[in-house]
Amino acid sequence: MRARVFITPKKGVLDPQGKAIEHSLHALGFSEAHDVHLGKYVEVSLDGLDSTHARQRTDEMCRKLLANGVIEDYRFEIEE
Amino acid sequence: MRWGVVTFPGSNDDHDALYVVDHVLGADAVALWHKDRDLKGVDCVVLPGGFSYGDYLRCGAMARFSPVMESVTEFARAGGLVFGICNGFQVLCEAGLLPGALIRNRSLQFVCTRVHLRLEDTDTPFTCRCTRGELLTIPIKHGEGCYVADPSTLEQIEQNHQVILRYVDASGRATPDANPNGSLSNIAGIVNRQRNVFGLMPHPEHAAEKLLGGEDGLKLFQSVLAAYTEGARQGTTSVAPGH
Amino acid sequence: MLQTSAAVTETDAADHGLSPEEYARICAALGRAPNVVELGVFSVMWSEHCSYKSSRRLLKTLPTRGPSVLQGPGENAGVIDIGDGRAVAFKIESHNHPSFVEPYQGAATGVGGILRDIFTMGARPIANLNSLRFGSFDHPRTRYLVNGVVAGIGGYGNSIGVPTVGGEVYFDPGYNGNILVNAFTLGVVRTDKIFRARAAGVGNPVMYVGSKTGRDGIHGASLLASAEFSGEAEEKRPTVQVGDPFTEKLLLEACLELMEKDAIVSIQDMGAAGLTSSTVEMAGRGGTGIVLDLDQVPVREQGMTPYEILLSESQERMLIVARAGAEDIVRRVFAKWDLDASVVGRVTDDGLLRVMFREQEVARLPIDILTDGAPAYDRPAAPPADLDALQELRLDSIPLPGDYNKTLLALLDSPNIASKAWVYHQYDYLVRSNTVVEPGSDAAVLRIKGTHKGIALSVDCNSRYCALDPYVGAMIAVVESARNVVCAGAAPLGITDCLNFGNPEKPQIMWQFTEAVRGIRDACVALGVPVVSGNVSFYNETEGRAIPPTPTIAMVGLLEDIEHHTTQWFKGDGDAIVLLGVTREELGGSEYLMLTHGLVRGTPPWIDLEAEKQVQRVCLAAITEGLVRSAHDIAEGGLAVALAECCISGPHPGCGAVIEMEGAIRPDALLFGESQSRIIVSLRRRHLGRLRELAADANVPVTVLGEVRGRRLVIGPLIDVDLAELRRTWTTALPRRMES
Repeated sequence: MRARVFITPKKGVLDPQGKAIEHSLHALGFSEAHDVHLGKYVEVSLDGLDSTHARQRTDEMCRKLLANGVIEDYRFEIEE
Repeated sequence: MRWGVVTFPGSNDDHDALYVVDHVLGADAVALWHKDRDLKGVDCVVLPGGFSYGDYLRCGAMARFSPVMESVTEFARAGGLVFGICNGFQVLCEAGLLPGALIRNRSLQFVCTRVHLRLEDTDTPFTCRCTRGELLTIPIKHGEGCYVADPSTLEQIEQNHQVILRYVDASGRATPDANPNGSLSNIAGIVNRQRNVFGLMPHPEHAAEKLLGGEDGLKLFQSVLAAYTEGARQGTTSVAPGH
Repeated sequence: MLQTSAAVTETDAADHGLSPEEYARICAALGRAPNVVELGVFSVMWSEHCSYKSSRRLLKTLPTRGPSVLQGPGENAGVIDIGDGRAVAFKIESHNHPSFVEPYQGAATGVGGILRDIFTMGARPIANLNSLRFGSFDHPRTRYLVNGVVAGIGGYGNSIGVPTVGGEVYFDPGYNGNILVNAFTLGVVRTDKIFRARAAGVGNPVMYVGSKTGRDGIHGASLLASAEFSGEAEEKRPTVQVGDPFTEKLLLEACLELMEKDAIVSIQDMGAAGLTSSTVEMAGRGGTGIVLDLDQVPVREQGMTPYEILLSESQERMLIVARAGAEDIVRRVFAKWDLDASVVGRVTDDGLLRVMFREQEVARLPIDILTDGAPAYDRPAAPPADLDALQELRLDSIPLPGDYNKTLLALLDSPNIASKAWVYHQYDYLVRSNTVVEPGSDAAVLRIKGTHKGIALSVDCNSRYCALDPYVGAMIAVVESARNVVCAGAAPLGITDCLNFGNPEKPQIMWQFTEAVRGIRDACVALGVPVVSGNVSFYNETEGRAIPPTPTIAMVGLLEDIEHHTTQWFKGDGDAIVLLGVTREELGGSEYLMLTHGLVRGTPPWIDLEAEKQVQRVCLAAITEGLVRSAHDIAEGGLAVALAECCISGPHPGCGAVIEMEGAIRPDALLFGESQSRIIVSLRRRHLGRLRELAADANVPVTVLGEVRGRRLVIGPLIDVDLAELRRTWTTALPRRMES
């Protein structure tokens, strides 16, 4: 089992990196780009769990460590 | 009074905090190892600056789970004094002992420089020897010092006088230019509701000797000592003033 | 039993950077052809970077001894006694090629590498400096490289908790295709607790500590550092290592803690050429042999071959020879810091490097052939054909400026002279609470806790002077670095040098190198300052174009009393401004000539070593007698720039000056010429008499230039500018160019 976790800044939280990236994209001619945000992607290999259990454990990992609920949102996918 | 300075893997300014307490303040200071739950009977715990766990994942995200932090949390809930500096402030926010969070500086660059701070409130053990409105010159050195919180939290901490230090210009005005990292409301340091846990991004331990550029930071350490001594005189064990 | 693999050919040797002659030499020395693993070992040990084959002979001419020298070149760092039972260990190293390929990681791992060289001696690092050279700002890659390198140095140095307190940054088109990143570290050690890297004690365990080994940087030393670039920078990327400052911090603390106990015989970090070079060098110094069991080496990749394990340049690893029986002590200390420690070999008495893998012997090489047996070349040297033309400069062909104010402002706006605050505010220069003089003055000053002393640090080289005359340019680099620490109140103690040059197989480059070493030698002998460590970086060339010869010098000075530390800016109205030394009519190699006339021509400024020595002596005496309130040496941009810096480089709002101009020489040479051996001091008038006495005793000319006054810089009839304008130009020059 492999968990793929996507962590993104909460809407409304200052995202200076997202802004800087958007600025650079515009400078490169991608004027259509907007609302750019920088997040994190974490991969975790899990052994010996069924998919329900894997979902539960991954959710706990996110709440406890991988995402800071004050400033970040998360979602994840579980793959066999 | 006994001070304890925690060392997490990657802490750097633990050395500096210990040096100030030991050599400059002349007080009793012990090092607290992150794997030990024993707080050795200290009266104030300092969570120092540095790069605990390399700042990997998020600053302070992993340090908050150290065994010593279990004891520090208990200690704080019982009214014990906790002084979080820079990375220490980040750990306190991650641990939920202080509201809000610290994110990347708006400029996206690490910045080491001296800043002007305005002392907003003296009704804490960390600032009782200061004067309300006074300006302190203290260094900052961080890449993730931008303080953020949701609007209702921000309103609450302002209303409860939990904002203790603000970034200001030489005339004492909290302008955008005076803000080195984008912190909301130019917030540089806050306390919790019970006023026994203090977190700040600037480094008072780097402003404790004239030889090294200034002594404004020493006042914060001296305040704690004074508050402790006063508390001891009055026979109280926890020093958080009633509020 | 020696495992034989596919037969090694001369072509394989060439692919490994070994010439046909070198390969023949190896076969003759061994009495057989090497196998592929052994070829890998030779390729790194006999590379330019590890063997110094093109420079060894010449480096032996440098003065390396002195009454305070506890360790000269030959170990991981040089060590000088500073009294009070303490010594300082220091060295400078280059990480040029990796930084050009991947600027953040190249610079970061450069810092990591030099830090390990210091703490492996048992010294806690207390200061970093760096010397950076980039191409010109109109080159498309420059901004990217500057951002990456500065971020990398900060990212690593700040994280590991060692303050970066000074350095230099230069921009010159000569570095367009080949930047230079030279990193310096200094640490403090107790004189009775210096650790050396000498494998001793037959049967003692050899232990590996730190990060697991991966495939990073294989052949970084031999290929990157020993060959020119030919436009394939992107493809060279896999050979650049990735640094982990967090692990290095743990390693640093664990090693220093372990060194307090009695468990280690010797220790060396694994740097260029990884496990191979540290093993071979330790055995070489100890006159012993080492047998390695690669199966015990912690690896982070699957299926690594002996070749890969031996040559990997994974960072943050150390090799320790422990006392037999002390293995558990070592393991315990490292486990406390959550680091691996495993026994990977033993010290033997057979003088061989023997490597075991899956119970087979895969390499068997005599240590001495790898170390002393490495070639030492006397490469041919010849001056460049255009040297005479280059050195010709007729002053009467240079017109005078129309507007001297504008010229001064243009110089302050020049990236080589402008404020470097944009750079150093990205570095933590405060950690460890020792920084008494922060970046922005002539030299950084740190206190030494537990004593009344301090040390001053400066790193310098004007490569333009070196391009015009490498002998004089190198001499000037040494004396200028000495002058800088003197201005901070310190007596020069010792230097470490980083010699950056092009391809030594070309006679003009070898000539530059030979001349530079001669210059360093003569200056060091005159000043009584030894060279205790250093580094040579050759092959800094891209598509056949070499960098200007750049012998970077880092100087360490000692303040007997930390209270004598001095900064370069004026302190108060009414103070007299005095010039020690003499201004000659010369403009060769000056920033002014380059900026306003587009020329790099002439000969470097005249240098009289004896006169220089006397000027430094007088300045230091004046400082230690408490006569002087500021001291600043005159360098690029000349007198006018130095005066401007005295006015604006300190805290707001700064101090103006009113200067009378007197001189029979042409005004642009007076204001912007870069004559050597000159220092500007400011002092209360009542001390002028005593200063004159000190100067007269040493035959040093003294000129009262004027006084500190007001908020403008006024020099004779030619210069009159508001401080705010000077400051604005000087402080915005670099940020403006970085942000556009």
